[in-house]
Amino acid sequence: MILYKPYFNKVFAMSLSTQDVEKVARLARLAMTDAEIETTRAQLSGIFDLIAEMQAVDTTGIEPMSHAQDLSQRLREDVVSETNQREAFQAIAPQVEAGLYLVPKVIE
Amino acid sequence: MFESSLKQLGDALRAKKISSVELTQLYLDRIAKLNPELNAYITLNPEASLVQARAADVRLAAGSAEALTGIPIAQKDIFCAKGWLTTCGSKMLHNFVSPYDAHVIQQFNNAGAINLGKTNMDEFAMGSSNETSHYGAVKNPWDKARVPGGSSGGTAAAVAARLCAAATGTDTGGSIRQPAALCGISGLKPTYGVCSRYGMIAFASSLDQAGPMGRSAEDLALMMNTMAGFDERDSTSLQRDKEDYARDLDKPLTGLRIGLPKEFFAEGLGSDVAQAVEAAIAEYKKLGATVVDISLPNTRLSIPVYYVLAPAEASSNLSRFDGVRYGYRAPDYGDIADMYEKSRAQGFGAEVKRRIMIGTYVLSHGYYDAYYIQAQKIRRLIAQDFTEAYKHCDVIMGPTAPSTAFKLGEKGDDPVQMYLSDIYTIAVNLAGLPGMSIPCGFGDNNMPVGLQIIGNYFDEARMLNVAHQYQLATDWHSRAPQA
Repeated sequence: MILYKPYFNKVFAMSLSTQDVEKVARLARLAMTDAEIETTRAQLSGIFDLIAEMQAVDTTGIEPMSHAQDLSQRLREDVVSETNQREAFQAIAPQVEAGLYLVPKVIE
Repeated sequence: MFESSLKQLGDALRAKKISSVELTQLYLDRIAKLNPELNAYITLNPEASLVQARAADVRLAAGSAEALTGIPIAQKDIFCAKGWLTTCGSKMLHNFVSPYDAHVIQQFNNAGAINLGKTNMDEFAMGSSNETSHYGAVKNPWDKARVPGGSSGGTAAAVAARLCAAATGTDTGGSIRQPAALCGISGLKPTYGVCSRYGMIAFASSLDQAGPMGRSAEDLALMMNTMAGFDERDSTSLQRDKEDYARDLDKPLTGLRIGLPKEFFAEGLGSDVAQAVEAAIAEYKKLGATVVDISLPNTRLSIPVYYVLAPAEASSNLSRFDGVRYGYRAPDYGDIADMYEKSRAQGFGAEVKRRIMIGTYVLSHGYYDAYYIQAQKIRRLIAQDFTEAYKHCDVIMGPTAPSTAFKLGEKGDDPVQMYLSDIYTIAVNLAGLPGMSIPCGFGDNNMPVGLQIIGNYFDEARMLNVAHQYQLATDWHSRAPQA
């Protein structure tokens, strides 16, 4: 058993609404039943209580750290480096025809 | 043979005392006997392994063998290996036979090592107990009612049960070190950027790092010599001179300054773990090291920061799984949005979906600054804590995990409790530092305890030296569970 009591639970505790969870599920392209929405809502609320502890930290003047090493991205010559492997890649696709990936009709 | 070090195996192979085919077959037979209960491997492909073994024997006969030529190495199922089923522990990739090799796999292939099989793992490396795998939980070889840790739990169990000579893992928040600790083996997460992420299925790209897991620091050094290296296909791969990670193994530890962060020995640490770690520190003093009290004041913030940043990156990385080009597609669907939503809902497990949801939420309009940017700012504070600490010490030591291996199912219903088991490891990933875990004794229920050694950037050779000297003086690393 790990003893851990988030300090700022009460101050920053936020509860997500069912609509919030439905909206996020839609953005994340995850189908969910009503029961799943409710379970997810309860669990996410617990996790956001944990995360809320961050809000009390004064970060004025601190630069966001997006990466472990502060390096600029390497650039490479804009030349073809890959060979065509369409057959190998499409051999593992769910549905292909004539070298094309098949999906339900997007435009009527 | 199963207790031999990588160096001893290499010597035996080069001296023709055993062939790679014989050695590989020995391991395959042992796996066939013990794996059904442990579930450490998701995929075995004996024919492919033996083809490699025969090629290795040709190379051994020709005298062109390298350190790992002919040695059976298990690969975490997060690494794409050409012609091998590569599932990442997910139903989403249940039928994904990789058309290409990860850079790490290429490095092992070039060295003539044998791919012995793909090890079980938490789904998309999201978990600390290996219970989120679509292919079933892995059992801890020391007590089969307990978890091996995660996410590299299959690798840790395989190494501990002597089902491979050594193996690979990956570590985003502790996924090499925590299972190494819970299974009583050694594991190293290198400095971010040392091993290429190319072909390693992405979880949180700014944190993910591959590393070796094995029975001793000496073995890890040999593994690192093969795994590490620049690769232009990973935009964050570091361009550095080739290193011999074994070069400092034999240096004495006289004068080594060990920093002990008071936050690692505070409330929440199991007393059995504390006792074993303190005994290890005492051993280090005997070996000539001195101890310095240090502070990493933002340690506790590493968990909230991690559970914003890692899911944010994951939600973006995992958007590629849409049922179009590879992997799982739902059998029944209407329009294209329905196909995406059903394929993802059915293909991902509960923990993965949970993290995608967290990540999508913190990146969404209105919350981006409050969560994502704030977490990145605190990430810098956490990294600065280490920079400050290394002004006073050479390495930092403490426990790897707050407790020994817990029971299967014990934390299944409470994601927050599971997340807290990574309290000592996460900050290392956020800072991009190298960290390792080595066995340092046994705690409650006779389960192994891990000592964490955190180094400064690119200090892997020194950390391996520090671990190796301890392993010369103690025998915790050579203890094995009963088969």
